[in-house]
Amino acid sequence: MKAPKFSYTRGESLDQVLTLLNEYGEEGRILAGGQSLMPTLNMRLSNPKILIDINHLSELNSISINDDIVSIGALSRHSEVGRSPIVERHLPLIADAIPHVAHIAVRNRGTFGGSVALADPAAELPACVLALGGTLVVQSVRGIRKIIADDYFLGLYETERKPDELLIEVQIPVQDPTALSAFVELSQRKGDYAIAGLAFVGTVENQLIKTAKLVYFGSETKPTLAKNTMAVLTNTPWNDKTRELIVETLGQDLDPMTNLQGSAKMKLHLQKVLTNRAIDLALKREKPSR
Amino acid sequence: MSEETSEIKLTVNGDLITKTVNVRQHLVDFLRLELGLTGSHLGCEHGICGACSVWVDGLVVRGCLMLAVQADGGDVTTIEGLTETGEIADLQKNFVDRNALQCGFCTPGMLMTLAELLRKSELSSREEIREHISGNYCRCTGYHAIVDAVETTIRDRLGDS
Repeated sequence: MKAPKFSYTRGESLDQVLTLLNEYGEEGRILAGGQSLMPTLNMRLSNPKILIDINHLSELNSISINDDIVSIGALSRHSEVGRSPIVERHLPLIADAIPHVAHIAVRNRGTFGGSVALADPAAELPACVLALGGTLVVQSVRGIRKIIADDYFLGLYETERKPDELLIEVQIPVQDPTALSAFVELSQRKGDYAIAGLAFVGTVENQLIKTAKLVYFGSETKPTLAKNTMAVLTNTPWNDKTRELIVETLGQDLDPMTNLQGSAKMKLHLQKVLTNRAIDLALKREKPSR
Repeated sequence: MSEETSEIKLTVNGDLITKTVNVRQHLVDFLRLELGLTGSHLGCEHGICGACSVWVDGLVVRGCLMLAVQADGGDVTTIEGLTETGEIADLQKNFVDRNALQCGFCTPGMLMTLAELLRKSELSSREEIREHISGNYCRCTGYHAIVDAVETTIRDRLGDS
């Protein structure tokens, strides 16, 4: 189908974009990579009054590191994030996740900030940002506000960002070199919408799990921390007994939704399978102690 | 709401073009309907099938997920332009030799996507080739013949048989 009628403005400066957002609020829509917005327009699932194109705000397209914080500009394309030596070295979880983010042509255009701001429940990057304890920097004519990832994701496509605020940057602490991470996902085709998936970050000593952070996506309405399971895994050997225990706790932590990608029951099962895979993978990555 | 239009200046297959477009028109409708470049196909129109793949500023993108007005000032290459340069003549010949197409609907998008892989000029495994075209649907071949054609092209280019 064809998009409905709308007005279009190419943003030439951050100030101009923030002024337009302030003026139009919910009737304006930010056009970044457009890889989620354009399909909804073509299918007439959304009907904004104005599209505000931010693709020419080059100040939002950078990846840098300062005082052990990696700053990813909102307009950084997925393929740029995937190629970034800073991300590869300091945020291996995100480097592992990028190949799962759609397909090459979509990664060339889609943006890191767009994915995090939209908070699609099947998206990989919101889960990674939550697992790594990231902070979202949003700006409006009222000023700059920092929102920690724990407070940002509220529900299905529902976030703490107000309609007049633009996500400009995501700040993520570097991964501790002694920490381990793993990213696993199931989808029909590689790059398609996730049926189920999780991001794991933890510390391991001599194959004993010391700490574990687990964030689930695809099955839940928003990226979800599995707090009961994380508690069970703390200071625990990874053995058959633990594997059995987390089957129980995951049932308490997760509340999967049924959608085109599968039933709630199947998704809960798959998340249990993936949890085992993720922890097995992370433990394999432990460097032998000297 | 009335139809909003905008004048754009862009390069398409090396030619400088100035046109007035409806701001809601996506890039592939512009290429097909305004410029008559019908090599880029429209399948799903929501970014799933890959038939509309074109290059913008040297990178393969979904032509249905970008507005024509966004290409203002940009450099667009379609299958017509890429064919003319001869850059993928070997790949195209191998597609024919290996029967890597039947109806041909997906082929332009497939070739635009694969050209980006071939530019890396390194040996890719069959798995990597499949991964690279994971966003391009083909409903005729079952993909094996396409992967064969790409593998042959890469090996020939590297002088590795």
